[in-house]
Amino acid sequence: MSRGRDAVGSAAALAAVAWSLLPVAWMVSLSLRPADDLHARTFWPGAWTLAHYRAVLGAPLFLHALRNSVGISLVATALSVALAAPAAWAVVRLDFPGRRLVLGAALAIAMFPVVSLVGPLFDLWRALGLYDTWPGLVLPYLCFTLPLSLWILAAFFREVPWELEEAARLEGATRGQIFRKVTVPLAAPGVFTAAILVFLAAWNDFVFGISLTSTDRARPVPAALAFFSGASQFQEPAGAISAAAVVVTLPVIALVLLFQRRIVAGLTAGAVKG
Amino acid sequence: MAAPKDDRRLALWLTAPALGAMLLVAGYPILHAVRLSLYRHRLTDPGARAFVGLENYAVVLADPLWWTDVGTTLLLVALTVPVELALGLALALVLHRAASGRRWVRAAVILPYGVVTVVSAFAWKHAFALDTGFVNGWLGLGELAWFARPGTALAAIALAEIWKTTPFVALLLLAGLSTVPEELQEAARIDGASAWQRLVSVTLPAMRTPIAVAVLFRALDAFRVFDSVFVLTGGAHRTESVSFLAYRQTIGRTALGLGSAVSVLLFLSVLLLAAALVKALRPELGAGPEAR
Repeated sequence: MSRGRDAVGSAAALAAVAWSLLPVAWMVSLSLRPADDLHARTFWPGAWTLAHYRAVLGAPLFLHALRNSVGISLVATALSVALAAPAAWAVVRLDFPGRRLVLGAALAIAMFPVVSLVGPLFDLWRALGLYDTWPGLVLPYLCFTLPLSLWILAAFFREVPWELEEAARLEGATRGQIFRKVTVPLAAPGVFTAAILVFLAAWNDFVFGISLTSTDRARPVPAALAFFSGASQFQEPAGAISAAAVVVTLPVIALVLLFQRRIVAGLTAGAVKG
Repeated sequence: MAAPKDDRRLALWLTAPALGAMLLVAGYPILHAVRLSLYRHRLTDPGARAFVGLENYAVVLADPLWWTDVGTTLLLVALTVPVELALGLALALVLHRAASGRRWVRAAVILPYGVVTVVSAFAWKHAFALDTGFVNGWLGLGELAWFARPGTALAAIALAEIWKTTPFVALLLLAGLSTVPEELQEAARIDGASAWQRLVSVTLPAMRTPIAVAVLFRALDAFRVFDSVFVLTGGAHRTESVSFLAYRQTIGRTALGLGSAVSVLLFLSVLLLAAALVKALRPELGAGPEAR
């Protein structure tokens, strides 16, 4: 490795870090400004205050949205991984005619324009009493994260040596036991990786969040942010929106950075093997 | 080995829940959308509900707005995908090769995954806005009103999309880079090829499949753009995407009949685009070593 290339690498690294930090740092900057500094139009704040954070953390609108987002995303993640795991194992280990159907359905769902569904789901959910409820959002999140879970889990199950499962079978273990006691523990990193990525996908949703909810009973954070208009209608909401955005973003960024190896492995495994 | 018949029954049990969920939440509703689209049906006027056949489709397709929105959406695809490919490739190369700073680049690449699209769209909106933004100050653009003109408003949306989705392209291409045989690089280096020559004549040809996959996924994803449009412009100044139009008709106006016609047309547009892309990229999609 030459010194010149090293320098180019470092410069590129620096540029990449600055580029991805820019909007995040900007949001933090906005969230700390007192009302009269919000219009200074400078990147760095001229003065700072925690008033926006106090306002947001005292607003039931935001707290309910936070509870909804965390709860709905976690339930959808658990169900998505639980449903995808057996299917992914079957696709990897078993020879059956429906294999292509499962993979084809997953691909179709991954490319599906979700907005096409908000009209019919709005109509159906109102008829079924699912409109503006947790299950009303869990179901679409579950459905649209299944392809992601399937691909990642299939990629990881492929890495589990077939011989170990064979050995367990020779010892007289049933297929269910093999799956639960051999395959899943060995593929645990994959299950965990799939869970993180599915959670991020559900957490990111906006389309279903604004279309299938109407009150803070089920409205998730992104939808609440879009409808947030400040403490009073005369107050500029940029500060409050930024404070709320920082509160929901920094913990997730910490999570993402903490598990970055896993996330990269999961996404690239899904990409190559899918 | 167990008997294949046994395998089949077991596979059915294992895959039925996942398949069922996908059919129930995506398959059935899209059929329901087709049914709704054949009626004149608006929630604010329930008495006027009537079967009108294909009239809603005729209304949508005769409206210049539909075609303007299709054009805007395709323009957004054309603006974002090439930039994402170039930036993503650069990031992937740094991640694959760089001796120093690799950990930092990986952190930078992965960071946007932790930021909700709506949140990053708000950040960009306030960065460009006349009353709060720093962008005009940094670039010396004076009082440029980004969101008052179609061109600049669309550019802001494109930038927000590029920031959020380039990491996906970078990771996809990184996976592809790891499949390029090292011996080829080595041979080219011994023959005296420069880094740029190696990239163009060794790396890129070997990366045809991952690049094609990235183009396919990103183009389809960009065609469905919604969140950034909603937050940054609300569809004003000819920045409305097809997805936003479908949302505005079904949920905004509760015109379930007409809106469902737009939804079905959106669905068909994505199918058409997918078919066209797969056809155009077929040689690449089938060529790679990891293609199955």
